[in-house]
Amino acid sequence: MDGAPTAPEMTGTVEQQVARVPLVLHRRNFSWLTERISGVAEQPAPRWWWVAFAITSSIATFGLFCIGYLISTGVGTWGNQIPVGWAWDITNFVFWIGIGHAGTLISAILFLLRQKWRTSINRSAEAMTLFAVICAAVFPGIHVGRFWMAWYLAPAPNNWAIWQNFRSPLMWDVFAVSTYFTVSVLFWYTGLIPDLATLRDRATTKVRKFLFGIFACGWRGSNRNWRHYEMAYLLLAGLSTPLVLSVHSVVSFDFATSVLPTWHTTIFPPYFVAGAIFGGFAMVLTLLLPARAIFKLHDVITPQHVDKMAKIILLTGSFVAYAYAMEFFVAWYSGNSYERFAFWNRIFGPYWWYWWFGMLFCNCLSPQLFWFKWCRRNVFVVFFVSMCVNAGMWFERFIIIAGGLTRDFLPSSWRVYHPTWVDIWTYIGTIGIFTSLFLLFIRFLPMIAMSEVKTAVPEADPHYGIPPGTQSVSPGGKERTR
Amino acid sequence: MMRTPAGHKVYAMAAEYPSAAALYQAAKHVRDAGFKRWDVFSPFPIHGMDEAMGLGKSWLSGWVLFGGVTGLLTAAVVEFGPSSILYKLDVHGKPWNFWTVRAFFPIMFELTVLFGAFAAFFSMLGMNGLPRWYHPMFNWERFVRVSNDGFFLAIEARDPRFTENGVRELLERTGGEHITIVHED
Repeated sequence: MDGAPTAPEMTGTVEQQVARVPLVLHRRNFSWLTERISGVAEQPAPRWWWVAFAITSSIATFGLFCIGYLISTGVGTWGNQIPVGWAWDITNFVFWIGIGHAGTLISAILFLLRQKWRTSINRSAEAMTLFAVICAAVFPGIHVGRFWMAWYLAPAPNNWAIWQNFRSPLMWDVFAVSTYFTVSVLFWYTGLIPDLATLRDRATTKVRKFLFGIFACGWRGSNRNWRHYEMAYLLLAGLSTPLVLSVHSVVSFDFATSVLPTWHTTIFPPYFVAGAIFGGFAMVLTLLLPARAIFKLHDVITPQHVDKMAKIILLTGSFVAYAYAMEFFVAWYSGNSYERFAFWNRIFGPYWWYWWFGMLFCNCLSPQLFWFKWCRRNVFVVFFVSMCVNAGMWFERFIIIAGGLTRDFLPSSWRVYHPTWVDIWTYIGTIGIFTSLFLLFIRFLPMIAMSEVKTAVPEADPHYGIPPGTQSVSPGGKERTR
Repeated sequence: MMRTPAGHKVYAMAAEYPSAAALYQAAKHVRDAGFKRWDVFSPFPIHGMDEAMGLGKSWLSGWVLFGGVTGLLTAAVVEFGPSSILYKLDVHGKPWNFWTVRAFFPIMFELTVLFGAFAAFFSMLGMNGLPRWYHPMFNWERFVRVSNDGFFLAIEARDPRFTENGVRELLERTGGEHITIVHED
């Protein structure tokens, strides 16, 4: 602002150099975004939706029947048998809770890092987090056997004056998972309020007006409200960031604090967190690639978004592959014969193909395709890799949990675990619950955060269309120079 | 209290602006004209609008600090109370003296985050006066576009500097369109 005649030209060249690929393609404006995104939740349900929902809700209902059968009959209906006391139940728990992590990473960590591309995917990723945590929370609840005693997990005064062991990682897990779910709900709902106001203002029927009116809390887009809202959102993101890293760390403590070879490792917390984000991004892509094709959201969820998510899968997949390699190295380097045997058993033992297919092929090799740009830009390749990772991460958890237990210190107690139909259908049932909830979500709520994605449009900039140097800078006013 | 010729109470005089940039410039003029009871409305938060309106930092963060500290203290009470006084638990002969306090840190952390998040959410609603099912601005039929692509500015009749002609002239000069009186009821 010293009046140097070359300044505007300099600014021009710098701006050209940092020009970025737009996050919303085809110069779509605000009302197009509102129309297209709200439209998904306002039109009558398409036929495919009813067919899909009928299938997934039937599976979910059968899963609930299996849970009822388990509770009424006992945990003997599962294949769990000493020494394999934890098997599909805890595998499923870790699998689902891991999937949730991508949602919180997108909504919190990428927000703090000012990654604007997150605005197209954060809403559905957060919804995915909630539904995955609901599926996860089912398993620790039902695996305790006497389900009606599950309230013992809560530190509530009781007749017997018995209290929990707060030094136990299992107790930490209760607090970590319940806090994670609650904070995720608050974060998700805070983000939804302005979009619920949009649906309220567009509502045509009395029921919709009433319900969206209630849930939008009377939001009116006032800047005096936005000021507190943005601070609340920033702080929720700041609180969620360490939270998401802590949740899977605490889950990994359940294993790491034991004495079992393959469980008793200090590498577990970062290994589990990286694996969780890896598996979670694969699930985000699994859900969003079909959704954007069906609802024609290609201008909002662009090839650039898919490309970036693929890169995160490649990065976290490489962390995971490194952790796998390091586990083998430490098993050899420690010179501990139990540790060495356990890892030999992982590759050539009864679950050998889980390792070769799940951990090696799905988790380590398939994401390597994402080194190539044409693979990251080809939705079929991306979808294939995502499905590989979804499967691979389940196998990884199963190998860690059941594989370690199958052959422990005493050969006379070795036993190979086989799932029963109740095991299998309880797991498939939670997939049904998860997909049913996601189908309901895209049917009734805006699956893309409209108020946030609008800020990624160039017109949202308060200096848009005003040539530099010609703005009226009023005296006394604090002006942001950025 | 100002009333229209038809007898309605006047809430504010409001205008619509064609873009976020126009609203941002208009806000700076209204701020510099010395108005205090006024607000702008937009479908998304506009970067820098707080400064343009002359608003300071939101001290919602104070409530979050309060919530976080409350959570930390709650966890300390919930853990030390039973473990040190009510139900001293000897697990496998492992130590349970004060220096095992590190084993309490995960739950202290979780409750700090939990109470902080509750504080953030409820203080956001509380400081904004929400939930509020009715607001005079909703009486203006153009205002439904505030959650879509509309940018609005309203100066309340309660503001001591409010005069019908003066405010209308200011809104016109800053590029406001569809200038109107918004009724209270």
